[in-house]
Amino acid sequence: MVAIFAAFIAAGGIFSAYGINPIHAYAVIAHDALVVPGAFPEIFRSTIPLLLTGVGLVLAFRAQFYNIGAEGQLLAGAVAATGVALFTPVRGPMTLPVMFAAGFVGGALWGLLPSLLKLRLNVNEVITTLMMNYIALYFVSWLVTGPWRGPSVRGFAYTDQFPAAAWLPLIPGTRIHWPTLALGVVLAAGCAVLLARTRLGFAIRVQGENPEAARYVGINALRTTLLVMLLSGGAAGLAGVGEVAGVHHKLLDPNQVSLGYGYTAIIVAWLARGQALATLITATLFGLIYSSGDVMQVSLQMPFRVTSVFNGLILFFLIGSERLLAYRVRWAPRPAPADPPAPAAAPHRPSGEEQWE
Amino acid sequence: MHSASAPSALPSVPSGASVRLAVKEISKTFPGVVANDRVTLDVRRGEVHALLGENGAGKTTLMNILYGIYQPDAGEIVIDGREVRVRSPRDAIAHGVGMVPQHFLLVRRHTVAENVALGLSGTRFLLPVRGVEMQINAFADRYGLRVDPHAAVWHLSISEQQRVEILKALLRGAEILILDEPTSVLTPQEATQLFGVLRRMKEEGKSVIFITHKLDEVLAAADRVTVMRKGRVIDTVPVGMASKPQLARMMVGHDVDFQLPARRPGTGAPALVVEDLWVQGDRGLPVVRGVSFVLHRQEILGIAGVAGNGQRELVEALTGLRRVERGRVTALDRDVSRWSPRTMSKMGVAHIPEERIRMGIVPPMSVTENAILRRYEEPPFSRGPLMDYVSATRFAQQLIVEYSIQTPSPRTPARLLSGGNIQKLILARELSHRPDLIIAAHPTYGLDVSTTDRIHRLLLQRRDDCAAVLLVSEDLDEIRALADRIGVMYGGELVAVVPAGTDRETVGLLMAGQRV
Repeated sequence: MVAIFAAFIAAGGIFSAYGINPIHAYAVIAHDALVVPGAFPEIFRSTIPLLLTGVGLVLAFRAQFYNIGAEGQLLAGAVAATGVALFTPVRGPMTLPVMFAAGFVGGALWGLLPSLLKLRLNVNEVITTLMMNYIALYFVSWLVTGPWRGPSVRGFAYTDQFPAAAWLPLIPGTRIHWPTLALGVVLAAGCAVLLARTRLGFAIRVQGENPEAARYVGINALRTTLLVMLLSGGAAGLAGVGEVAGVHHKLLDPNQVSLGYGYTAIIVAWLARGQALATLITATLFGLIYSSGDVMQVSLQMPFRVTSVFNGLILFFLIGSERLLAYRVRWAPRPAPADPPAPAAAPHRPSGEEQWE
Repeated sequence: MHSASAPSALPSVPSGASVRLAVKEISKTFPGVVANDRVTLDVRRGEVHALLGENGAGKTTLMNILYGIYQPDAGEIVIDGREVRVRSPRDAIAHGVGMVPQHFLLVRRHTVAENVALGLSGTRFLLPVRGVEMQINAFADRYGLRVDPHAAVWHLSISEQQRVEILKALLRGAEILILDEPTSVLTPQEATQLFGVLRRMKEEGKSVIFITHKLDEVLAAADRVTVMRKGRVIDTVPVGMASKPQLARMMVGHDVDFQLPARRPGTGAPALVVEDLWVQGDRGLPVVRGVSFVLHRQEILGIAGVAGNGQRELVEALTGLRRVERGRVTALDRDVSRWSPRTMSKMGVAHIPEERIRMGIVPPMSVTENAILRRYEEPPFSRGPLMDYVSATRFAQQLIVEYSIQTPSPRTPARLLSGGNIQKLILARELSHRPDLIIAAHPTYGLDVSTTDRIHRLLLQRRDDCAAVLLVSEDLDEIRALADRIGVMYGGELVAVVPAGTDRETVGLLMAGQRV
């Protein structure tokens, strides 16, 4: 909590740099993002992909697999769903379920390659998953400018619009594609149960907390890691489906499909501290930050990318405070009675007051 | 030598001129634990002062206070008659206090000289190592600490690494040297050598504080001994006036029976047959080279040897953790050369691993979860894909009572338990399924006297219940006390298997690689 407040204060500095009174800025954001009619549901528009991806990452992080590749897995899911929507004869009520299934598989496969490299050749997963992001990004760019460019969109770099059967239903009056949101909530709950109550969850935790102990009791690292990465990549893939089927209704420039959700989800998962259900809260928090980004753009004429700065600040303060969590902050140690210039003048506050979190 | 940084130049304390270091009424509390309770002791010039106590008695806390790692809550430290505040190890070094930690802090890829030069003040900016090499050689000759300054640390044996740590402290100008459990990693001969070094340092007027929980070492090496128990000093006595039972009583708080139950004669059928076993180490070189032996039921075979002579790889191969390159392992009448740890355990082979925290438990998980680690996928602990934590907790509670594991609750994370209780938890888990073959690596390493005794009795009890025990240990006394036969490993080979009664010296020579 302290870390987030510190980030807010630091971000205030940025507002000042833009010549906007930070208090005024926060007031505007609070008003426009929460109070203005129709603004509140906007929060959930980015919460949805963050939730799905975040839950997947929680799972991966619990197994000590540092999946930085959610962005790519999300895009892979979006591509798979687009493929189903535009280039297969699946139509009617089956379209959406098939798209979700394809998206899950797409994301899972995208996550599979780094996990195989890690397990077979011990290649660092941070690097491979990160690189896979770029591959996915340029692959999508190539698709929408090349083979998949819609014949009916006159040279714009996106595909044709999806048929109506591939549009996710929205909550009336909002832009919340609720099936994806429901999927996210179910996934978060399912993940929590998986970790806390199942055999696989037990194996994942042992594997993640102490790989040596997992080896010692004969837990199959290959199997658990692969399963985790399938789920983690698959969850990100589902988020990708939600974006193309619920928001854009077409595949377009990768930077518009995902506003850095795969990266922000890392913070979402980190903040959740390994608790799948906590992502419900953290993802909403970051949904708020995203929608504040819109507000900043519209009402304060600041670039939308400021949200990334904001995210960066929060992550920075969080990681910075990580070590401090282990300590209780107290004023100077009680001086030895012999020390003449006793700094005992410093008021000795009750130690509870300065505790972090 | 003494830095002027200590602001408090209090008039000297009226204690004997020969007192170099005095600790007065030091108290230190950690949340829930009083680690040091008004501890007072003094260390004289030219003295080897042993600090004896069980694990958790507060020895290491006290030393960490002296070395500036912790700050005391109350009390004072007086060095050479002046009260000092030791705020950091740097302060401690400035006051002439050096420490050789139990787990060495050396950069493994660097040479000895580089390690010693690291953090040494007054070295040249360019090529700092040259001058240090000469100093190392000078000190090495003076104290008998032979070590090649050019050797990379990872090439060195444990005892050589320890010499490097001692040299590091000496070159930093240590007048008071603290050694934390220095002999736990040494052969008897190496320990004797170390005591020789200590003697030479003593003759030069240096003071040595020597932390241990082994009574024999106190009697062999120290001039005076301070016994600590539960954070308090029980007494300080000259070693010449102390006897082993008396020290043990002071340390444990009650009489200690050094007599283990008598052996029952006779052995059963072969439980483990190892034929010409070859195993590769982490670097891909053969580190177990053609080992063969037979272990019978109702027998404890001790494997002695200095660390790093293939024992770890042998144990890993026998428990399915490491591939058998060549040869054959037959356990409980089945060829298990290619078996996985899981199937081995299911068949009735228990493994008490060498590194109990790194391998034996999952530290952040609860005592319950650690108790079922081996059998988490079997009923009653799991049904189908779901875990049954109710029966798991019941099982854990049963183990806690049966093996007297001290834990606030079964839900406590295992990392919060003391080393001894962690080991009891591992033993409870491994022995609860009545295994027929127990492979125990260093089962009592670093544990206090009472827990050690408890674990010894457990192993003996299993032996008498018809199980076979392979006991790998660096503690020769432990092996001599428990084993029916003693095998000695050196350079990856089982150089000899001798009867239990063989004297220490013979076994020690075998451990050092001399064929007898």
